[in-house]
Amino acid sequence: MSEEKNTAPKETLFSPRNKKLLSEPIGKENPITVQVLGICSVLAITVQVRASLVMAISVVAVMGFANVIISLLRHGIPPRIRIIVQLTVIAALVILVDQVLKAFVYDVSRQLSVFVGLIITNCIIMGRLEAFALNNKVWPSFLDGIGNAAGYGSILLLVAAVRELLGAGTLMGYQIIPNFMYQIGYVDNGLMILPPMALITVGVIIWVHRHRDRSLVDVS
Amino acid sequence: MSNRYVFMYASVMVIVVALVLSTAATLLRPLQERNMRIEKMQNILSTIGISAPRAEAIELFEQYIKQAKVLNYRGEEIEGDAFEVDLQDENRRPVEERQLPLFIADVDGELFYIVPVRGAGLWGPIWGYLSFREDLVTIAGANFDHASETPGLGAEIADPPFERQFEGKRIFDRDGNFKPVVVVRGGAPAGDEHAVDGISGGTITSNGVTAMLRNGLEVYKPYFQKQKTL
Repeated sequence: MSEEKNTAPKETLFSPRNKKLLSEPIGKENPITVQVLGICSVLAITVQVRASLVMAISVVAVMGFANVIISLLRHGIPPRIRIIVQLTVIAALVILVDQVLKAFVYDVSRQLSVFVGLIITNCIIMGRLEAFALNNKVWPSFLDGIGNAAGYGSILLLVAAVRELLGAGTLMGYQIIPNFMYQIGYVDNGLMILPPMALITVGVIIWVHRHRDRSLVDVS
Repeated sequence: MSNRYVFMYASVMVIVVALVLSTAATLLRPLQERNMRIEKMQNILSTIGISAPRAEAIELFEQYIKQAKVLNYRGEEIEGDAFEVDLQDENRRPVEERQLPLFIADVDGELFYIVPVRGAGLWGPIWGYLSFREDLVTIAGANFDHASETPGLGAEIADPPFERQFEGKRIFDRDGNFKPVVVVRGGAPAGDEHAVDGISGGTITSNGVTAMLRNGLEVYKPYFQKQKTL
């Protein structure tokens, strides 16, 4: 990740290398299923797809901007206080997101409650700032941020879709399981709404992911 | 990099962040306040069994809430806008100086009296609204909310299963003595008109609700007693 290699002059915006920054975190380097970071919020806010979607968008916004800002400042940040600078940037962005949610999607913001604020402590974000944005140019940093946030968000949505469908028979609040299913005795699984099932769903996703990509299996 | 640079850097950064955030907060405040007012209307309406979608809350509120009064501790009506009274401020004042909001709803000819209450949970404030039937003794509905109670434990006071327990409970006993509803740890005795089940793992929040109801309703006692005898 030395900077010199990245500054090769003729690199296009979507060179293979840059595309990889965007796509790897969604698959092979997924922050949740491979690095197992940011699990807390996955357990907490995946009861409904709508809340998860807002959370995913919020994290994409925070992470994209945070990576860009830190990358822009990377030559000026005094190394001794770099963690504080990173945290300040993240916290400021999260507060902004929180204020915007309260103004425009109030009910979702009530639903997400403390978890919007807790984006600040989402270790994926600080991890990317520290590991990538501090040492890379603005555009790759932006892609890295968006990619990792999308990797996080995609798992969030997947877990939420499973839980909402099985737990409430709806997706995005719209009824999916038809009424006649209930009439012949189908019952929503109330357990899916409780946090433990998020953990189990994430576990199953990790299992499937590793089954399909053997290189992820820890052979040690 | 010198210490001087580090200090300068940190100071400038903090000032810039503060400017950005305060500007955003100021610009978005009107929208947020409108949302909070709508939520308050939804909460008040929910105590009389009307679930108002956000878009229609203002309209429905005007349709059902016929009167909004401000009372003093003697139960007399005084000047003021009941909707704008902030219980957080009022609860800090001595009882004699408090403004006590009261909303009167008319649902198809049936009158409901709605009062707000506010108290302390485990981590932060809790608040709610109670609606009473015309006898001013029987609770028709309750709505609670909280700032930061533990999800899954104390936070359950804001869930319908807890709130519905209050329907039909009484705040005066059969002899006319003030006896507010208490939240009982381990479960209320069956048939008790003045008690509801507490929340397992949420005892401090439950006790907070008990205290909130006792303190919050006691100040309305003079008004309720006066109205009852009419």
